[in-house]
Order: sequence, then C-alpha cells, then structure tokens
Amino acid sequence: MDDLRPVATAGQSYTFGYLDDQTKRMIRRALLKAVAIPGYQVPFASREMPMPYGWGTGGVQVTAACLTPEDCLKVIDQGADDTTNAVSIRKFFERVAGVATTERTPEASVIQTRHRVPETPLREDQILVYQVPIPEPLRFLEPRETEARKMHALEEYGLMHVKLYEDIARHGHIATSYAYPVKVEGRYVMDPSPIPKFDNPKLESPALQLFGAGREQRIYALPPHTRVVSLDFEDHPFEPSKADHPCALCGAEDSYLDEVITDDSGTRMYVCSDTDYCATRRDQIATTATGDRA
Amino acid sequence: MYVAVKGGERAIDNAHDWLAEERRGDPDVPELSVAQIREQMTLAVNRVMAEGSLYDPDLAALAIKQARGDLIEAIFLVRAFRTTLPRFGASTPVDTGTMRCDRRISATFKDAPGGQVLGPTFDYTHRLVDFMLEAGGEKPKAAARAARDTAPKPRITEYLGRDGLIEDEVPSEAEPPDMTRTPMAHPAERPLRLQALARGDEGFLLGMAYSTQRGYGRTHPFVGELRIGPVAVEMDVPELGFAVEIGEVVLTECETVNQFAGSRTEPPQFTRGYGLVFGQSERKAISMSLVDRSLRWEELGEEPAGAPAQDAEFVLSHADNIQATGFLEHIKLPHYVDFQSELELVRRLRREAGADANPSTGPDAEVAP
Repeated sequence: MDDLRPVATAGQSYTFGYLDDQTKRMIRRALLKAVAIPGYQVPFASREMPMPYGWGTGGVQVTAACLTPEDCLKVIDQGADDTTNAVSIRKFFERVAGVATTERTPEASVIQTRHRVPETPLREDQILVYQVPIPEPLRFLEPRETEARKMHALEEYGLMHVKLYEDIARHGHIATSYAYPVKVEGRYVMDPSPIPKFDNPKLESPALQLFGAGREQRIYALPPHTRVVSLDFEDHPFEPSKADHPCALCGAEDSYLDEVITDDSGTRMYVCSDTDYCATRRDQIATTATGDRA
Repeated sequence: MYVAVKGGERAIDNAHDWLAEERRGDPDVPELSVAQIREQMTLAVNRVMAEGSLYDPDLAALAIKQARGDLIEAIFLVRAFRTTLPRFGASTPVDTGTMRCDRRISATFKDAPGGQVLGPTFDYTHRLVDFMLEAGGEKPKAAARAARDTAPKPRITEYLGRDGLIEDEVPSEAEPPDMTRTPMAHPAERPLRLQALARGDEGFLLGMAYSTQRGYGRTHPFVGELRIGPVAVEMDVPELGFAVEIGEVVLTECETVNQFAGSRTEPPQFTRGYGLVFGQSERKAISMSLVDRSLRWEELGEEPAGAPAQDAEFVLSHADNIQATGFLEHIKLPHYVDFQSELELVRRLRREAGADANPSTGPDAEVAP
C-alpha cells in the first residue's frame, strides 16, 4: 500500500492507532456506556476513516480505541486471515499502531472480525471486535431510525416476532440464516452483525465483544458471560446450521464450512471458513502422525 | 485448488502498482501538475472542497490527481485527511453581505441596488465544442471587466423584508451543532440540516430539488439572489481581544423566494430557502436552497405531501456520497459465509418443497482434499 502520510504534511506522523486522543476518548466513553447497557446501540460521532464506509470503519475505530502498544491483533474476514480486506485492515494497524499481529486465535488479545466468530473458544483476556454494516435489527421492518429507537425504548418487539412467525407460516422455517436477531439479557433485541446463525451460540462468551458500525454511527457491546438468546418459538426452537459435511482438509465436523467450487462441472468441496482453526488441526494431525511413526 | 482466498496480500500490492501505472497513463504525455488542476479544473476542485468539507484548493487538486479524476474518490481522500486535522477554534460567522461579488444575479427584480453582475458563467454560452481549445487555443482576451466593484451589495431579500413580504430570518447566537463531532440525531433542526446538505452529494441534491419542482412536494421558487465571491474569514484571538482576518474563502450563496399561502400558524408571505457552498458551485447552492425549503414544511405549518424531499430523515440519511458509495461498493467484499448460509437455507426449502429435481448432484458430490 502507498504511504498513508499526506504529502502536504510529509514528516508529520499520525498518533498511535491513527485516531487522535480526543476521538479515542469519545469512542471509549461510548464503549463504556455500551458495556453498561448490553445490547443497546450507543450513538457515537464516527469519524471518516481512510477506508470506505461499509468496509469496517466501525470495527476499525473500536479497535483503534481499544489497542495498547502491548496488544497482539488478529484480523479476520469470513473467518480467514488472508482475505483481501482482512489483509488491508491488518496492514493498516501494523502501520498506524505498530502492534504485533498474529493469525493464531489463542495468541491474539484483540480480534477484529467480519461475519464470523472464531471456532477456537475465546478467553476472558480477549476482545472480539465486530464490523457491523446495519446495527439496527428492526431496520428492515421499520426503516425510520426515530421509530426504531422508540420501539427499543418501549421494548416493543412484536413486529420482529410477527416477521419470524410469517417466515414459519410461509416456509415452515425461520428464513433468516445470518444476522439472526438475539435478545440480550432479556432486554434489547440486537443484531449480531452478519455472522451465520451457526455462530450465535458463541455470543455467550467469556470474552468482551464489541460491535462498531461506522457509517451508522453506533456502538454496542456484549460484556463477558452476557445472556444472549436467539429469538425463536417454543415449537420452532432456534437451530444453528451448517453444511452437513466434515471439512475436506482437516476433517472437522464442528466448524462452519465454506463451499468451494473446484472444477468446471461444479464439483464442490467443503472446507473450514476459520483458516486458523483448520491449519491448527492439520498441524496437530501431522504431528500426531509423525509421533506415531517415531 | 482452494486458492480463492489465498494470496490476498500479494494481490493487493500488485493491484496498487497497476493502479499507479494506470493513473499516470501514457508516460509520453506530460504529467499533470497539481497547479494545472487547481487553475484549470476549478469547478471540479470546488466540488471536492465543498463535499469534502475542507477549503484547500491545493489539497483538492492533489486529491483529484490521485483519484484519476474520480471526484467522489477525491472527496473521500479529502474527508479522510480532514479527520486528522487538529481544530484550533471556530471562526466568527462569515458575513456574506460583505462579499466582493464576482457574480450576483436576481431573478426577482430586473435591477436592484448593486446591479446584476453576470460574472464567469456558462449560462448564456452556446454549448458548442470549441476545437480551438484542442489546438492549443489562443490566449484568452483579458475580460472586459469593470474595475472590481468591492462595495458590499445589499441583499435582495432585504427589500422584501422591509415590507414584511418575506418571513423574517430570526438571528440566533446559539452555537450550531457540528455533525462531524456529534452523531446525527433525528429529527434534525435546520442548522444541522443545512450543514448536512452543504456537504451532501451534488447529484443527489439536484435530483431531490428537481423532484420538488416536478410535483413531488411543491417547491418552484424564484432565485431571489445568487452571489459568488470571496468573503473574509475572521477569528477571535483571545490575546488581542478582537477578531482578525485570517484568510478568505470563495462562497456561493443562494437565497430563494418561495410562494406561501399561509397556514394556521403563519400569515401569507414569501418564505426562504437557503444554500451556501464552498467555491463556485451554483447548481449545488440552488439545489440546496430548494431542498432546505422543502424540508421546512413542518415549522411553517404546511400540510405534508408525503414527498421524498420533505422527509428529513430520508434526505439526510442518504445525501452523503462517501457513506453511500462505501456501503454500496462494500458488496464487492467477500460474503461467502453469509452466502453459504443462504445456500443451505434455499436448498433446504427447495428440498422440502419438492423442487429439487436432482438432489444427488451438486452439494453432495465431493472431492477429496
């Protein structure tokens, strides 16, 4: 990538993590409020970042406000460390914060993600930062922000249940496969960002989970061990789903799989979407095999 | 096999190199200088400054060069740069009444004190391609310009105001909100709306304004006054105890005069729409003043027509081209995780509906690693 430093001020460098301290303080205040009211969308004065809105500006700002020089950062997109946008964001923080980076989930203290929760269970000393495109779970039921905020305030979520019911009436299932709405600590309905519903059970976690929506200027959070319930009905319980296959590379049966088309006749293979999880398992298998032979 | 997500890092670097090469174009053609863009692509520079919300012609020209002439990309560069600038304070409000007008026209009066000044406008040019420009052209004749009239020109709307024919613009000392430092909150008051419109996309505002002229809502105002020219920017210096001039900016200001039959709360009188934009940006300033007036229906006690341009939340949420283009273009990013979950859902629904004619092919055919 080109040098980020503008020519007009060549020689002047950015503060740690790109954002100025005033901005970081503003974001941290929003984060504290978000942690204090789990699932509540806190408005914050999102800044224009040097990457486009919709490409993770919210997550980047939250990460920038959380990072300390001792942190070790992992960035994933679609579960993978080497997808183009993950590479771009990781490089950004290498440049503007100079923090250590890793692809290994257990080594990271801060993980920024788009669309996935890592398969490896997270710990209390880790922070998971989600990039959020549309933070408002009611947006496609009620596009008006003014109305949606009122509905949250009054805990009026009937519309959401009607939508899920209509799905069942029409299709026999709840026809939402990602960004599946959850209720947080029995109070706020929250959009977990477009993770597949397979990942919803992982939202109850010992790690701190922070959600940043830059364009929509909202931050929300799930403090460690927060109760998170995926919306459902007694006779139609929530079920996380994934492709019914093992991973073709590591054999995992418990991980979310990507479907890859491998030839012109449309043959598919299924592989772990979490590249670190898959690579670690393959290493272990190789080590065990070598050990057996010895 | 399984290369789709690999090699992202090298691909990005290579793409950037290629981009730089494309930006330069044929190396046998001399490179554009920033000064050339600043001086000869002035209206593009003005648009980038206006929507980038930063008055810096050199930076805007550089951004246009870097963006290969893509103005929204250039605006984005300027906005991202703007975020990092420290703020030393706020200027006192600029007084456009003292503007040294390069152009000043009114469509409501044939003549008025201060006169009509056409200035550098395309308005009455015949849109014939000038091949002389291609051939290198000739040095433009020094425009037959009267000695610059620096006397402040009175506002046209003042003449209407004296007779109470147009609503009073009530002065306010209230500190305006800063949308770059506070998250947008709806309903937005007029100062915040104007701020959002001033940096809004020219094309979007043009479309919105046009829609109100065509009948989605009803705004077909008169241009009371359109003025363009430099105004002084002054700032209070605490050590001195008074305001000093720190520079000047060129602004386009448009005041429209709108028909208004009166409502339950307001007497019949003309009402105002207001537009103020950096640089010479007439289309934008006029559009802004129409949209401003259209969004004022509530405070004037008008009946809403349900038109898009009357819906402040709709207009303000979609006017910013940097937000819009980012979100629109993000669908180019990988979405295979979500797509995968949708695939499974659709397959399942199709299976249950008995629509999947040949379930044995496709998803179940698998290859070894």
